[in-house]
Parts: sequence; structure tokens; C-alpha cells
Amino acid sequence: MNDKQRPAVRPDEVRRDLENLDRRLFLRGSLSLGALSLLTGCDLSTDDSVDNALRAMLRLDDRVQAALFNPNQLAKTYPASAITRPFRFNAYYPEWQVRTVEASQWRLEVSGLVDDRRAWSLAELRALPQEEQITRHVCVEGWSQVGQWSGVPLHFFLRRVGADLRAKYVAFGCFDDYWTSIDMPSALHPQTILTLDFEQKPLEPPWGAPLRLRIPTKLGFKNPKYITSIAVTNHYPGGYWEDKGYNWFSGL
Amino acid sequence: MQTKSRSAHPLIVRVMHWIGAFAIICMILSGWQIYNASPILPFVFPQWMALGGWLAGGIAWHLSAMWVLVADGLAYLVYGIASGHFRRDFLPIGPRTVGHDLIQALRLRLGHRLGEYNAVQRLLYVGVIVVVILTVLTGLSIWKPVQLGWLTDLFGGYDIARCIHFTLMSLIVGFLLVHLSLVAFFPRTLISMLVGLGRDGSADTFP
Repeated sequence: MNDKQRPAVRPDEVRRDLENLDRRLFLRGSLSLGALSLLTGCDLSTDDSVDNALRAMLRLDDRVQAALFNPNQLAKTYPASAITRPFRFNAYYPEWQVRTVEASQWRLEVSGLVDDRRAWSLAELRALPQEEQITRHVCVEGWSQVGQWSGVPLHFFLRRVGADLRAKYVAFGCFDDYWTSIDMPSALHPQTILTLDFEQKPLEPPWGAPLRLRIPTKLGFKNPKYITSIAVTNHYPGGYWEDKGYNWFSGL
Repeated sequence: MQTKSRSAHPLIVRVMHWIGAFAIICMILSGWQIYNASPILPFVFPQWMALGGWLAGGIAWHLSAMWVLVADGLAYLVYGIASGHFRRDFLPIGPRTVGHDLIQALRLRLGHRLGEYNAVQRLLYVGVIVVVILTVLTGLSIWKPVQLGWLTDLFGGYDIARCIHFTLMSLIVGFLLVHLSLVAFFPRTLISMLVGLGRDGSADTFP
């Protein structure tokens, strides 16, 4: 081998170091952000009264958006040619931290104001009616991409488990320690789907395997991945980002 | 010479001006915070210039100040139409007078009278009102691309509407730079907008 042509360092020799560095930087970032919120108790402003005023305005925004929400207004759908490739990964952590679960071990827990609290396996969910959609996923950061998802309409699932459809919230828990919640009218929207497939293939780990929510009437962070539990409740469940100050309703 | 008893800017206009100014500045600076989360151009705004500290703070400011801007803006539009302020002070805007006054202005030879607008001012004030209205509409179209999908389609879809929203913001910032430089040239206009000075016939000229 010609040593002159060989690079001084090969990428695979340093990959582990780079990943560790990445991990350390990520930890440092989250620690300083956490420390900041511990110090001030405020995520929206360092000034208590400004923080309270902004949170009050966000609650007003929630009410206005709930009033604006039309349960029959469908999100625009696109032809297959409009699908964005490559599809962008997004989570509150980098892609190398994606967790996986053994499909046969996975169960969906159902709790709260429902008649039937039996846990569901993937095969049982696949036996239910499936809907497909090609819609635009809009991130709270401003970027957007068109994707193709299919799975069980949430309104069908909620009726099947005998959920109290007059309850206020549907909350989702995930095995990547993410959680979020949506209002019941949005949960019953025909395009709100408990998604099993992405681009007509079973979800892969970056896209939320084995189960995610696809709700094209809300911003991306209201589309939880890696779902393991669904709860129907009247107690405001909040969410990972919502508790940090993102607008809870975040309807599109 | 007009009567001195009539203020160049009635109290209600002064109040709406400063509320609107506060709301627009909040909208622009928090908008920069939101832009920085996913820039569409190869630059971001310096963090010290962006309002809200981080994305959630920026959005909270944006979704709060928008109510102030819309309420103030609607009140101003209703007042402007009902009182005759628009018709009296902003019209007519003819191409010939605009061309003439623009050349005079660029040569720094255009005078300024309190309470009376030359053709360039008329064009700029009407222009910025239209631009602010369009900014609110494009903002609505990217805030509610499903519920107001027809509006989003009108602006060419989500991604294009976002670019138009940014471009309109840039026009408002451009207006503010011209507006503030002229106030610096004619400080009497600032006092007039703060405490209200009578209309008079004496013209300020560029120093």
C-alpha cells in the first residue's frame, strides 16, 4: 500500500471519537439549557412577569385555534411524485440515539376514560382498517416535507376501545421518553392516523417504529414517534416541548 | 397657512402609531428568532438582535404581538377610512408628482411640512400599510396552512408563502430605515408624533 496516498486518519478510525464528542456536546447543551430553566423557572423569558404574560397569551392562542379548527377541513394531499426524498430525521436528540424495540415484544397500552384497557399487539393493529395519506409535515422550526403514511385512523381506534369521545385530551407516551397530547376534536379528525407504515413499508426506527401518530392538522412535534401508550383524559397532560413553552394546540 | 389649532397628528393617531410601532418591532425581532431555527437564506440574525431567547420564546412573542398588531391595525384602518384621513392625506398619488418629488427627495431638496405629505411620503405610507396587510395575510397562511388552505394556495403554497412573508418583512425593515433617517433629519416630526404639534405652513428643509 502506498503510504503517501493513504489519508493521515481514516474516517472509521475516528468515528467512535467523533460520536463521543457529539454526545458530550449534546449533553453539555441539554445540561446548560436545563440549568437555565432551573435557575429562572422560566423558559420563555428570564423575567417572571413577561414569562407569565407570554404563557397567558399562548393559552389565548390555544382557545382561538380550537375555535378555528374545522373537523371537516382536510389537509391538502399530494401525488406520490411530491414525496420529499431523502426524508429528514427529527427528534429532540440526534439520529444516532434512536432507540429500537423488538416488534414481537412491543405492546400498545390503553388507559384513562376507555371501556377496554387491553393492550394491543402490532398484528392486532394491522388487522384493523388502514388509511393512507400523502401530506405535508410542517416542523415548528419552519421547514416542511411531504411524506406518505398509512395506518389505523385514530377515530376508529378510539371508538373500538370505547373511549369517552367527550373527554378533552388524548395523551401519547413513547419509549424514547417523549410525550405529547392533543385535543379530542383533532384526535377524531379523519386524517389523524396511528401510523404503521411509511412509504408503504413498515416504519423504520428513524421514523418512529413500530407505531407513530400522523396528524397533518398539527405541527410536527405533535406527531409522536415510538408510541407505547395512549390515554384518554380530562386532565391536561402537556408534553415534552409544550412544557418547555411551545404552543400546546399548534394546529395548522 | 393652515390653522394652528388642528394638530398634525390627532391623539388617536399618535396612540395607534406607537402601539403599532411596538407591535411591529416585536413581530420583526421575534420573527428573526423563528427564522434562525430554519434559515431560508445562507445567514442567520445575530442572537442579540432576535427576541425571545430561543425558538419557543420567539414563537410566544410572535403569537402574542400579532394580536396587538392586528387589533391596532384594524382600528387604524377603520379610523383612516371613516375619518377621511386616508382620502385627505394620502390621496391622490399620481405618477408625475411621485416622480418629481422622488427626484427632489434624492437630491435632498424636498421640504417637509408637518401634517402635509409630499408624494413620496404618500407613496411610502400607503405602500407600508399595504405591505403590512400582506405580511399579516402571508403570516396567517403559514400559521394555518390547513384551516386557511385557500389562502396558502393563493400565496403559492406553504414554502413560497414563507419566502414571501420574509420578503415583505424585509420591505418593512427597509421602510423603517428610511422612516427613521428622515425623522433624524427632521426631529420636529418625532416631537409632533409624541406630543402633537399644530400643522403649520413652515417647511423644514434638509440641513
